Amino acid sequence: MQASDVVASKGQDRQPERLTHRRFRYTVRVILRDPLAFFSVLVIIVLIVLALFGPWIAPYPEQGKGRTNVPERFDPPSAKYWLGADQLGRDVLSRIIIGSSIALQVPMIVVILAVAVGAPLGALAGYAGGWLDNLIMRLTDLFLAFPSLLLAVAIVAALGPGLTNAMLAIAISWWPWYTRLVRGVTLSLRERYFVEAARSIGVPDRTIILRHILPNCVTPILVQATVDFGTVILAEGSLAFIGLGTQPPAPDWGLMVSQGRSYILDQWWISTFPGLAIFISVLAFNLLGDTLRDILDPRQYR
Amino acid sequence: MLAKLDYILKRLVMSALVLLGLSVITFTLARVVPSNPAALYIGPRARPEQIETITVKLGLDKPLYVQYLYYLRDALRGDLQTSIATKRPVVQEITERLPSSLELLAVGMTMATLIGIILGALSARFQGSSLDVLVRILSLVGVSLPAFWLALLLQIAFYRHLGWFPITSRLDTTLRFTHPIEPITGLYLFDSLVTGNWVAFKDAAWHIVLPAVTLAAYPTGLVARMTRATMLEVLSQDYIRTARAYGVGELFITGVHALKNALGPTLTVVGLSLAYALTGTFFVELVFNWPGLGTFTVHSLLKVDYPAIMGVTLFAAVGYVIINLIVDLLQAWIDPRISLS
Repeated sequence: MQASDVVASKGQDRQPERLTHRRFRYTVRVILRDPLAFFSVLVIIVLIVLALFGPWIAPYPEQGKGRTNVPERFDPPSAKYWLGADQLGRDVLSRIIIGSSIALQVPMIVVILAVAVGAPLGALAGYAGGWLDNLIMRLTDLFLAFPSLLLAVAIVAALGPGLTNAMLAIAISWWPWYTRLVRGVTLSLRERYFVEAARSIGVPDRTIILRHILPNCVTPILVQATVDFGTVILAEGSLAFIGLGTQPPAPDWGLMVSQGRSYILDQWWISTFPGLAIFISVLAFNLLGDTLRDILDPRQYR
Repeated sequence: MLAKLDYILKRLVMSALVLLGLSVITFTLARVVPSNPAALYIGPRARPEQIETITVKLGLDKPLYVQYLYYLRDALRGDLQTSIATKRPVVQEITERLPSSLELLAVGMTMATLIGIILGALSARFQGSSLDVLVRILSLVGVSLPAFWLALLLQIAFYRHLGWFPITSRLDTTLRFTHPIEPITGLYLFDSLVTGNWVAFKDAAWHIVLPAVTLAAYPTGLVARMTRATMLEVLSQDYIRTARAYGVGELFITGVHALKNALGPTLTVVGLSLAYALTGTFFVELVFNWPGLGTFTVHSLLKVDYPAIMGVTLFAAVGYVIINLIVDLLQAWIDPRISLS
């Protein structure tokens, strides 16, 4: 029996699933063909543009940032105020546009924090094994035993309301997911031949983790992060709705829905449109995440 | 048999440890993080004697680990301090409002599980059909909708424009005098049904529809997606093909063979969506003026009623762990492979 028979029979001779240039271009092509995925990417691009260039795009930027206009309060949607004016006369459309920067910044920071803390811990746990693995896993299980929004609410209650505290709170309830994810990938990669080969020629563990294991985690992390963007937007909007997130007069979408709640039956546009913005954003990220998951790793990392 | 007992024991021990760890986290948030816990527990206009009393009661002058033991002892005794806003024990506030929230959760989650499983199963069975596409779109929409927004939309549509359903509280105020519901369990639907109070039952049912639907949206989407995914896997298995070859009816195959095997992961998802439903009650109860634990929590948050907030957090977390434990044990009972693995 030759060495190649042994390798083939163990089925470990395939290349690891890295996010290569070729896979990336394949992904892009698939997305451009599928109408739903294309729509979601479009929405996200629009969001990014609005977030970056909001003050120049919004018809009434100062109102977007909070300047009141009481004489025209409760104006219904018209040619002047496309989505109507709220209870202080501010243009709802402008506020939504300016608020998009908050809506995108929060998930970005939260996801970066969560990955920065969770991924290394997961790689460490999966690679080292033993008591370290056990310890980190128990810690993860502990945090995951909390309903995430409940933990976030309690943290904000302890720290005080505000955007930064809300972001911190959501990030603290989020990191365990990434730890579990990366640990799973690490465990499956640890036994692969290329890792064993690297170890046998004396490559230090730290280099193995950085150079071989973590790059293979990029794909599942990317898929999870895309969906998480949507979920974090929802979480932050929810916190803002109960008054624990951004404070007025910031044009946070969840806050706008909350402020329009008392007028919902007659001046419905004040709450409806910001909520619609949240819904469409979350929908787009969920759709994109689903598509990415179907393309990049259908079964491997479920 | 022994393997099953072993599994049950292991799960129980793990849950106990998790509960302990949970208490450490809530303790840290409740007593360690704030810079002046005494003031938070007594309120802004505290007199020196009150601060003295609370410092002794919570052991705030003692080292942290002793404070934790005080915390644990109080929690195990059922003492979650006194609410600043209402001046009553937090535990009392919780037990008074628990039935309302439980009723809402029960109706919502039951709806979500049943509808989600049925839709998911049908979607998998008729994969590729327009029904499948519809279910997939609806599930995606369901998990993307902000609960508070959906609540408001339903209010506009079904109350303002159609006038079909009421949008506040659990019962019409006049009925409290004309057809009062006997407080057996606190669950209006159950109590009125059991005592034959049809008028109140119909009214309570009418009041619970919109809030329950709002709460059920996300879990339904989640359950439908998971059921569909697992069913697709199961339906491609050999034993299904064998059953078909034997001439077993399609309905029986889908409804019994396939569903039984697909139920496992679905149950996990039900447990997960329960977490969402739990925190969802904050928004749903708030918008529909439902007198439950959710509204109480939100009001306490706004008033910074610290003992109430921390008490409810601990209570909700513990409840969630216990329910998850039950779900896990149920799963092990349904799917013997779990306890034997």
